[in-house]
Amino acid sequence: MKSGKPGSIELICPAGSPAMLRAAVEAGADGVYCGLADSTNARNFPGLNFSPRELTDSVAWAHARGAKVLVAVNTFARAGEVDTWRASADAAAAAGADAIIAADLAVLAHVHAKHPGTRLHLSVQAAASSPESIRFYAQTYGVKRVVLPRVLSVEEIAALTAEIDVETEAFGFGGLCVMAEGRCMLSSYATGKSPNLSGVCSPPSAVAYVEEPGGMAVKVGGFTVDRYHEGESAGYPTLCKGRFEAHGTAGYLFEDPVSLNAMSMLVALSKAGVTAVKIEGRQRGKAYVAQVTAAFRAAIDAMDRGQDPARFAERLMSLSEGGRQTDGAYRKTWR
Amino acid sequence: MTVTPAAAPARLELALGPLFFHWSAVEIGDFYARIADEAPVDRVYVGEVVCGKRAPLVDKALARAGERLTAAGKTVVWSSLSLPANRRDRDATALLVADASRRVEVNDMGALFHRAGQPFVAGPLLNVYNEAAAHELMLKGCERLCPPVEMALEDVGAIARRVPALEIELFAFGRAPLALSGRCYHARDAGLARDSCRFVCDRDADGMAVTTLDGQNFLAVNGVQTLSHGVHVAAVPPVQLRDLGIGALRLSPHSLDMVAVAAAFRALLDDRIGPDGLLATLNALNPPGALVSGYLTGAPGSRAA
Repeated sequence: MKSGKPGSIELICPAGSPAMLRAAVEAGADGVYCGLADSTNARNFPGLNFSPRELTDSVAWAHARGAKVLVAVNTFARAGEVDTWRASADAAAAAGADAIIAADLAVLAHVHAKHPGTRLHLSVQAAASSPESIRFYAQTYGVKRVVLPRVLSVEEIAALTAEIDVETEAFGFGGLCVMAEGRCMLSSYATGKSPNLSGVCSPPSAVAYVEEPGGMAVKVGGFTVDRYHEGESAGYPTLCKGRFEAHGTAGYLFEDPVSLNAMSMLVALSKAGVTAVKIEGRQRGKAYVAQVTAAFRAAIDAMDRGQDPARFAERLMSLSEGGRQTDGAYRKTWR
Repeated sequence: MTVTPAAAPARLELALGPLFFHWSAVEIGDFYARIADEAPVDRVYVGEVVCGKRAPLVDKALARAGERLTAAGKTVVWSSLSLPANRRDRDATALLVADASRRVEVNDMGALFHRAGQPFVAGPLLNVYNEAAAHELMLKGCERLCPPVEMALEDVGAIARRVPALEIELFAFGRAPLALSGRCYHARDAGLARDSCRFVCDRDADGMAVTTLDGQNFLAVNGVQTLSHGVHVAAVPPVQLRDLGIGALRLSPHSLDMVAVAAAFRALLDDRIGPDGLLATLNALNPPGALVSGYLTGAPGSRAA
């Protein structure tokens, strides 16, 4: 199913559960990424993620099928509780993970010192967007791959990969942070919980839907983030995708409710030297991951045969929240 | 680095953080001249940390401000850019931090690459949330840490206890710096892109107020940076600061009377006024947003002080 050709871009897919991991691998993922069921990873949602036992079994299952498993330990350890994060890294290494994805210096230092045989990938939560930043992590902790923050254009990625000796992984599809990942506290300002500290953003527990005459207001932590008429479809109320007012005008101040689809940029990303393309969405379920993985597998294989992968993009239209998609920062005009 | 008077307990320091907003060269000159002459602050962080595009417009004014502040006896620390975006930003950062003769605040891990073990301050825009991360930075030369503003006091204290050799400076006044982006929201609001922004961020001296559809104050936009609308205040009495291992408070520049803000905090640190007195004084100075302090206790940062 997999092309396996040298030079081909690797496809890395999300696994929020063992069933989702299997669905992704069966649909053609070269690798999956997942996390343990606690606040040590950036998708700390109820009912999601892996126990150490599930992780061990899933790694064995994936390896038997030639797929890699990358384990995210990518939140920032709470002061005085660093051992919890070290334990997650230890569990990932013990399970045979192909790499640990980390952002916190505490976790990077621990893995580098205690698990020298385990590859370290720098999480997007570290927001390393310059050659100097990436070299710092590579030289200090032996990081082998960096997940690129979603602030760079394709031209900048090409310039970046030419300057570093580290593999790069770029987001190809799914939710889109408009802020530099790992450098955003909007969620804790409104709700007390943030991606860096708790592994959640705009958490469901802080969301309220308030009925109004003719519609509904959506609030996060008591702040109204949008308002809908009856029958209007509402996406998940992430704070940065809300409607707000500035200078007396209301609108999507930070970002429209769109999600990323960079399939049409695959050739450009590959030419820019990107090692792997990553699909977002550990919270989205196995049907979702199967569809997105299959479409990207087909697109990458088409690209490897010298064909245009863009025609597979429309297979993904219905999978985006609100059905609207963007190339994001990969095109300079996004800024 | 801190000069401690002979008498114990050690005097708590007051610092003025880097200016986040895009003020004109004239405004910058006037502001720092007054700080140099009148503000009871011990150290001042100077430098453009938000947007490298502004640097050519303000660099000379900031350099002059640095000289003026040094001549006035302030400890001057040069702050690096928080999200270097291109060759110009990277070169400026390298030039700044490679200069071992300057005190430097690092606001992006990439800057450490050029610092080469020389002493530095870790700014609040770096993700240093625990003692092990702080220890890693100390191995690279970090002498002082201003932790991220979203950290609870209890957690700041946990770092201080476990790495006592590290000086801790608490972000104590100002709109909370919440987020950085590759996209400029000032430009987007004006229908422009960042690369052709016309520097519209200079319209809002304390950031562009962002309210909800219900008119509730929420955020403030400053180019690629998003801050809180509320003004974060750590009205913590000196006995508690010492207990937590915090040695300095940082005040973030805004367009209100910062000399008066600094005087009020100095009065707090010297036990001449209490936390309530500080809040009353700050409110009377007409801050750009409501005073908030939820972060100090692990609550939503927007909670009223």
